[in-house]
Amino acid sequence: MKDAGHLFRLAGVFLVAVLAFLGLRALFVPRSFGEYGHYRGDAITDIAALPIVYAGHQTCETCHTEILEEKSKGKHAGVACEACHGPQAKHADDPGSIQPPKPDAAVLCAQCHEASAAKPSWFPQVATADHSGSLICTTCHRAHSPSLGSPAKPGGQP
Amino acid sequence: MNLTGNLTRRHFISLTGAAAVAWEHVLSGAPEGSPNYKLTEHWWGMLIDITKCIGCGNCVRACAQENDVPEGYFRTWVEHYHVDDWHIENPKVESPDGGKHGFPVVAENAGKDFFVPKMCNHCADSPCTQVCPVGATFVTPDGVVLIDEKYCLGCRYCVQACPYGCRFIHPTRHTAQKCTLCYHRITKGLTTACCEACPTGARQLADLKNPQDPIHQFLKTHSVQVLKPHLATGAKAFYNGLDGSVR
Repeated sequence: MKDAGHLFRLAGVFLVAVLAFLGLRALFVPRSFGEYGHYRGDAITDIAALPIVYAGHQTCETCHTEILEEKSKGKHAGVACEACHGPQAKHADDPGSIQPPKPDAAVLCAQCHEASAAKPSWFPQVATADHSGSLICTTCHRAHSPSLGSPAKPGGQP
Repeated sequence: MNLTGNLTRRHFISLTGAAAVAWEHVLSGAPEGSPNYKLTEHWWGMLIDITKCIGCGNCVRACAQENDVPEGYFRTWVEHYHVDDWHIENPKVESPDGGKHGFPVVAENAGKDFFVPKMCNHCADSPCTQVCPVGATFVTPDGVVLIDEKYCLGCRYCVQACPYGCRFIHPTRHTAQKCTLCYHRITKGLTTACCEACPTGARQLADLKNPQDPIHQFLKTHSVQVLKPHLATGAKAFYNGLDGSVR
């Protein structure tokens, strides 16, 4: 037994190392690590807290009720506002000072409706050059309810 | 130091109460900040209807703006497939700038042309999360594959592991990035930016745990596939009208 001292010293060193490990682990591993699995649970909260850019059509519709009504009768009823107008969360937060730019019908309509053999045949499409020449679409169609049964406002405004 | 000796009966009982409250919080899985959102009540997926995709690129642009995706990188993209008559094993696939600015007009031809939107499949048994050495990427209890940017080392292991090519290393942040299924939106009751911007409804966010979600009726009445089913990734991006040539 007289030689057992070194075993106790080794056990002491081992104990200190284990305690140091536990201490450092408690210090550096976030509390939420392992909350749901082998990852930082708070990461979910961090990602969920990111700001939104697209407001969502429900938000648009709370103010723009006239347009919603016009749109709901036409073929664009299922097209969300921001599909054409772009992201508007900033406008929704501060409608007074942030005004969204008016979409350019000369470019926008063709993005979807330019005829192409790759598009499904049910989708309404035209070869714009043959269909209307240089006239922009909103001369005859209303953007929010595009059927010709509902003529465009004077001046080609949708 | 005798922990049990210092613990009075009163203290012990009060501690079990606190533990029960904490455990209930863990079980209900409510992340702070979205008080009405419960992780355990959802299981997210996506329905992609090839027969409705017109290749306008709205989804790619919306995703880039919503998620600040760097130029030349994509969290979602659209591919144009051209299959020459019977050559379904050798389709010609192109995706100019991820389809962000649409596609050039395709003239009528003998073959078959269609568009395939691609994105993270939010696999239930995802290969990408299994290889992460630091626990930086994971499947959330509501079925979304996310990346913890604070933990990601940028080792690229997950980029290689994803069989669908949905991950990339951000050029300035040097961490892996991918589609989050707009987690910041869906936890607030909104749909994803790509679904919001899709003019034809070719993309539909689906909550597979919600019995009222129209996805269930759709799955019942349509022939729906996932990409690379032989890999058994548990992919949750369901494709309607998917051609056999799509890889």
